Amino acid sequence: MDFMGITPSVLIASLMVASVPIMLAAIGELVVEKAGVLNLGVEGMMIMGAICGFVTAVGTGSPLLGFLGGAAGGAALSVIFALLTQVFLTNQVATGLALTLFGLGLSSLIGQDYVGIKPPATGAIPFGPLRDIPFFGKVFFSHDWMVYASVAIIALVWAGLKFTRAGLILRAVGEGHDAAHALGYKVIRIRVLAILFGGAMAGLGGAYISLVRVPQWTDGITSGAGWIALAIVVFASWKPWRVLIGSYLFGGITVLQLNLQAAGARIPVEYLSMSPYLMTIIVLVIMSSGKGRASLNAPASLGQNFHASR
Amino acid sequence: MLRLEKRPTPSRFWSWGTPVLAVALTMIAGGMLFALLGKDPFLAIKTIFWDPLFGEFAWYLRGQLLVKAGPLALIAVGLSLGFRAGIWNIGAEGQYIMGAVFGAAVGLAVYPTESRLIFPVMILAGAFGGWVWAMIPAILKTRFNTNEILVSLMLVYVAETILSKAATGFLRNPEGHGFPGSRSFSNYPAAHNPEIFAGTGMHWGVVAAFIAVIFCYVLLQRHIVGFQIKLAGQAPRAARFAGVDPNRLVVLCLGLSGALAGLAGVFEVSGPAGQISIDFSSGYGFTAIIVAFLGRLNPLGILLASLVMALTYVGGEGASTDLGLPKAAIQAFQGMLLFFLLGADLLSNYRIRFTLIGKETR
Amino acid sequence: MTRENLLTIEGLSKSYPGVKANEDVSFKIATGEIHALLGENGAGKSTLVKMIYGLVRPDEGRMILRGQSYAPSEPREARASGVAMVFQHFSLFDALNVAENVALGMDNPPKQRELAARIREVSEGYGLPLDPARLVGDLSAGERQRVEIVRCLLQDPKLLIMDEPTSVLTPQEVNILFDTLRKLSAEGTSILYISHKLEEIKALCDEATILRRGKVVGTCTPREKSAREMAEMMVGATLNSPERPAGELGEVSLEVRNLSVASANPFGTSLRDIGFAVRKGEVLGIGGVAGNGQDELLMALSGEARTKRDSIQVNGTDIGEMGPNERRRLGLVTAPEERLGHAAAPDMSLMENALLSGDVRKGLTRKGFVDWGATRAFAQGIVEKFDVRTPGISTAARALSGGNLQKFVLGREIMQDPEVIIVNQPTWGVDAAAAAFIRQALLDLAAKGAAVVVISQDIDEVMEVADRFAALNEGRLSPPVPTKGLTIDEIGLMLGGAHGMHKAEVSHAEA
Repeated sequence: MDFMGITPSVLIASLMVASVPIMLAAIGELVVEKAGVLNLGVEGMMIMGAICGFVTAVGTGSPLLGFLGGAAGGAALSVIFALLTQVFLTNQVATGLALTLFGLGLSSLIGQDYVGIKPPATGAIPFGPLRDIPFFGKVFFSHDWMVYASVAIIALVWAGLKFTRAGLILRAVGEGHDAAHALGYKVIRIRVLAILFGGAMAGLGGAYISLVRVPQWTDGITSGAGWIALAIVVFASWKPWRVLIGSYLFGGITVLQLNLQAAGARIPVEYLSMSPYLMTIIVLVIMSSGKGRASLNAPASLGQNFHASR
Repeated sequence: MLRLEKRPTPSRFWSWGTPVLAVALTMIAGGMLFALLGKDPFLAIKTIFWDPLFGEFAWYLRGQLLVKAGPLALIAVGLSLGFRAGIWNIGAEGQYIMGAVFGAAVGLAVYPTESRLIFPVMILAGAFGGWVWAMIPAILKTRFNTNEILVSLMLVYVAETILSKAATGFLRNPEGHGFPGSRSFSNYPAAHNPEIFAGTGMHWGVVAAFIAVIFCYVLLQRHIVGFQIKLAGQAPRAARFAGVDPNRLVVLCLGLSGALAGLAGVFEVSGPAGQISIDFSSGYGFTAIIVAFLGRLNPLGILLASLVMALTYVGGEGASTDLGLPKAAIQAFQGMLLFFLLGADLLSNYRIRFTLIGKETR
Repeated sequence: MTRENLLTIEGLSKSYPGVKANEDVSFKIATGEIHALLGENGAGKSTLVKMIYGLVRPDEGRMILRGQSYAPSEPREARASGVAMVFQHFSLFDALNVAENVALGMDNPPKQRELAARIREVSEGYGLPLDPARLVGDLSAGERQRVEIVRCLLQDPKLLIMDEPTSVLTPQEVNILFDTLRKLSAEGTSILYISHKLEEIKALCDEATILRRGKVVGTCTPREKSAREMAEMMVGATLNSPERPAGELGEVSLEVRNLSVASANPFGTSLRDIGFAVRKGEVLGIGGVAGNGQDELLMALSGEARTKRDSIQVNGTDIGEMGPNERRRLGLVTAPEERLGHAAAPDMSLMENALLSGDVRKGLTRKGFVDWGATRAFAQGIVEKFDVRTPGISTAARALSGGNLQKFVLGREIMQDPEVIIVNQPTWGVDAAAAAFIRQALLDLAAKGAAVVVISQDIDEVMEVADRFAALNEGRLSPPVPTKGLTIDEIGLMLGGAHGMHKAEVSHAEA
């Protein structure tokens, strides 16, 4: 069953792990965009989450607190974005870029004393005999709790957006802020909350990179995962379950290319390591081409600032 | 209560006042950041903003200012055209790298031939490299309506991989004992971009930056295409009504900014950097985004902004050697500058009024 | 008959910087009364109802609702007190379905399934059938309004505020709406009915309060006054109908054949097989309820949307594949409905906005370089000739009032001496004096031999200026007919009649 030394069950298991960071960041950004806000600072929030989570986990010795610290770090950075775009009404594209630049700088500033340290390990959940089921045991029951938590978050976001009143109001704000305002909803407040949620999710994803995926701290550790998360939201046409599919797809490519590199495939390493980025571009092209595709599902007020004039 | 009120016309005073205010606020917030890091904030600010201009080594550092400001201005002025039109090329770093790789490849291909034509051809190749790299998002945008922000950014990572392939593979110095990095251009006169006046830092890239600034200034102020760029950014539907072809504008703005970033790359590789190396990519393409906004997307403003930003680079290096301030601090500092700038912009478009509680409009 | 007072408004005032939107406004609404609030655009009607609905807080004055002091700080509070509002614009979400839209307007909506059942029940009971599962973006303008009305009715309001409800309806639909409103009134619901259409108010309302420049200038019982008397109270001046200099019709100047264009907007209307011809000196009026393809038609004619080469001809030249500037060169100019953002760039100065469409015909560029001197002169000319009230031509377009900007936009096109001019909603949101001025300018242009197409949702306007009339209905255009002798019923049928409403069910419900 092995191809070039790659075992399918191991491949699937490791793609599930590899996709956690982008999945979390993407589902957070999906909520933000559903509220009509385009936050391009995902990369910055992720890397802040990565370093804050790392510092907390090393400091306390607890991976759980580490993840919470990561979420807090991402959310803290998103406060700046919320303040600038929602109160100071700045351009969302420019502010998101600034957030990324700032996050990259600040994280490496905080992280300079943490290079080379090993964080406390996040262990797999002991599923006992379930783990020994051939194939499925490896695929489904060999992971740490964050893998399951990230899927649960997708389910919660899906249900929250579809079935709850808060979800309906959030979508309404993203579809038409003027109409929502006319009906008496607090557009700014709802958007700020969505931005904070997005920041926390990106931070959580970042923390997963530095605590589990890598696991150590290096500058620029997220290496574009935040941008890929943004692309996944487009790929998912703003639908939560498709975020899961998209993340697994990208996780799969990342894992596959790493495995191919390790297996000494005859494709040069450089081409393999650029494949996730090229894949992102190709997927974006497919999703956006043709009429009536992804762009039609985009929230109508996406990226527009709201100012109640009269 | 504070209340915002949209100004009928943007304030002239604040449109020039905000960058100054933002720099001042960044100095204060940066000082606080440095104090947190256990450094003397006043000394740090002085090291960054004063010493390069008037300090002990100013004779050398002033030249370095132009060396840093040249590529920043060259890239930023191109980006600013797109930003004005609502076309977000944020992959200038990739275009800058590709310009350097293309230009260097042309120069090294004919090594060690001596001809006056080599350098100009390298420059053209560099511009072409950046242009090609920017045309990918441009064509995908016009043909498939693909988001140019994400595509241009993804291509930065691809360009970085190509760069490392160039440094370790196809452009590696055959006489370099297997170390990564290409031949040095300073040892290859026909392909070298030297300092024009010794000690000034003035090289051909800086000259090109001046020309680009003037060109863009005239384009925006006097030419119908400049008007169309502004119109498309402010009111896309009105631009269509005015007969502007949005696709043409995408191709123009992305192409031009890519070519200028490519130029910056080839001038850098053949001059100050001197060779293709793994760490050639220095973040100019990203910093130029800040420069473009700091200069208010105005070519002359960008010229000034690039000098301010160069100051933080040069001063930051000084602070890192003299005070042990980490280099990352400067990056955070630059990001902060953009925040303050964007936030302060509110003052030029809105008036802030104080009103009694209970009377405000909601 | 004296009825109990539901809402009393006393001395309400509201100022914005530079404008007194409302000054010392007082009036009363009785239980079950249909009360008209009458006034021109900009008279302060919107601000007043926003205060009643809790969207804006008054600076001074007070309101009393059912004997209790009433000062809503947000719409939720207003709704809780039994005040509901049907908006003119901006309160529906295209990408959400009918039930979700209704739920958003309620404070404690029942479960989805229950809500859907109640929507069906209430909407059919009042003769306004609705499918709760449909996306609002796919509904016609009339159906969208039904969503808003049903949303209000589900909350059993004591006072229903309706802001210009008939501007999106055909005459037949208006009749059905009026039946619904009369039924509500008979059941004891008061209605505050905002409009500037006098005939409607005469037909429907019990009492009227007339606003001018933010102040109450009179109250009356509409049935006892003539439309003209009310109009003069509203405008504060005697009105002149535009003059039509009788001109000779020349040969066909604009000809459209088999024009079909798919809408670029997912919720837009595609044009289907449109054909008409306009002669030199003729005015063709195209009527229709909002959202039946007006925008798309203007964009196809202006060149913003390309079509088949031979589907549009100007003086014998095929222009279907040409862009806006090539068409301008041939003498065809247009003025879109939306002033800010489409016809003009909000943040640009009037001078730059003059360049926006005046470049080609006025020769404002040389080899691509802008002749700012000539542009300034052109902008100055528009401002003077069309009496645009502005501090200067370097003022940003968004700083102008709607009427002044409309004069500027129309002036910019008219002063290019076009051979063909197409305007969409030329007097939308413009006060009566400016509207009359604009209509006169269009007629003068026709008298000079231009072919004029006026697309408008205001039937009175079309009837006033047009020689022939055609109706746009779901992207199709009826064959043009002469306006002389056309009755309002005939026009209504051309506009699509009652768009699937069931008159029978109303009478059934009333019985």
